[in-house]
Amino acid sequence: MIAVLLDGLSWILLLGGAFFVLTGGVGLLRLPDVYSRMHASGITDTAGVGLYIAGLAIQGGFTLVTVKLLLILVFILFTSPTSTYALAHAAFTGGVKPIARDGSRAPLLDRRDGPSNR
Amino acid sequence: MKAGVRAFSLGVVLFATWILLSGHFTPLLLGLGVASCAGIVFLAMRMDVVDREGFPVQLSIRLIGYWVWLLVEIVKANIDVTRRIWSPRLPISPSVFHLRMSQPSELGQVVYANSITLTPGTVAIRLHQDEILVHAVAEELGEDLAGGAMDARVTRLEAGKS
Repeated sequence: MIAVLLDGLSWILLLGGAFFVLTGGVGLLRLPDVYSRMHASGITDTAGVGLYIAGLAIQGGFTLVTVKLLLILVFILFTSPTSTYALAHAAFTGGVKPIARDGSRAPLLDRRDGPSNR
Repeated sequence: MKAGVRAFSLGVVLFATWILLSGHFTPLLLGLGVASCAGIVFLAMRMDVVDREGFPVQLSIRLIGYWVWLLVEIVKANIDVTRRIWSPRLPISPSVFHLRMSQPSELGQVVYANSITLTPGTVAIRLHQDEILVHAVAEELGEDLAGGAMDARVTRLEAGKS
């Protein structure tokens, strides 16, 4: 009985992960420019990977396999923002302009002194 | 924190990782593991990278609390950006934000910038002294960041006052 429940929970988590990876892919297609698309890949890197690992960890049970899965998650959570930053920084210094929805240049908002009072 | 204490804790962490990854408990292999961890600690100390930046063990238990808070933020941001991506109207307003960071050290700034990037909807583009450029997929997300909640959390994480 417990085994069936755990299998079901694992399935739900894996399907959830698949949904978020798909969301990342759809976002990659729908969003307008390189910077916006990085937000879509951020979903794949966090929710997608996180739910996959959680689902697989349930399949692994209390074993060293699960420990290794969690280590993979930790490594991804450290390396993915680092590589995303490298990509964004390279695009920015390379002169790629962030664009808004209508194709014009995205606004640069100075919030060094806190958020605007809207 | 004394250099010896930091080096010793690096060795302990390395060996714990070694055991978890190997899964072998025979005396010969454990001995080889201890020897290789000691060798790594020796090399790291020779390279002068066992400091508060290379092995920030001083963050200790506070880091766990910060990760839990960050996890909640990541879940909320994932739901928000997922909704924007699937919505037929595609309700986005990409914008670049110029923000100030309150962290005293580069370590804190890196933690802050990585946290921003890890949260879907905001990506750190450039750090310069105590200022950071952030691309947000929607203006609200950037204004939230400008509110300074995450910035203050990272600063407290580093300062040691939770």
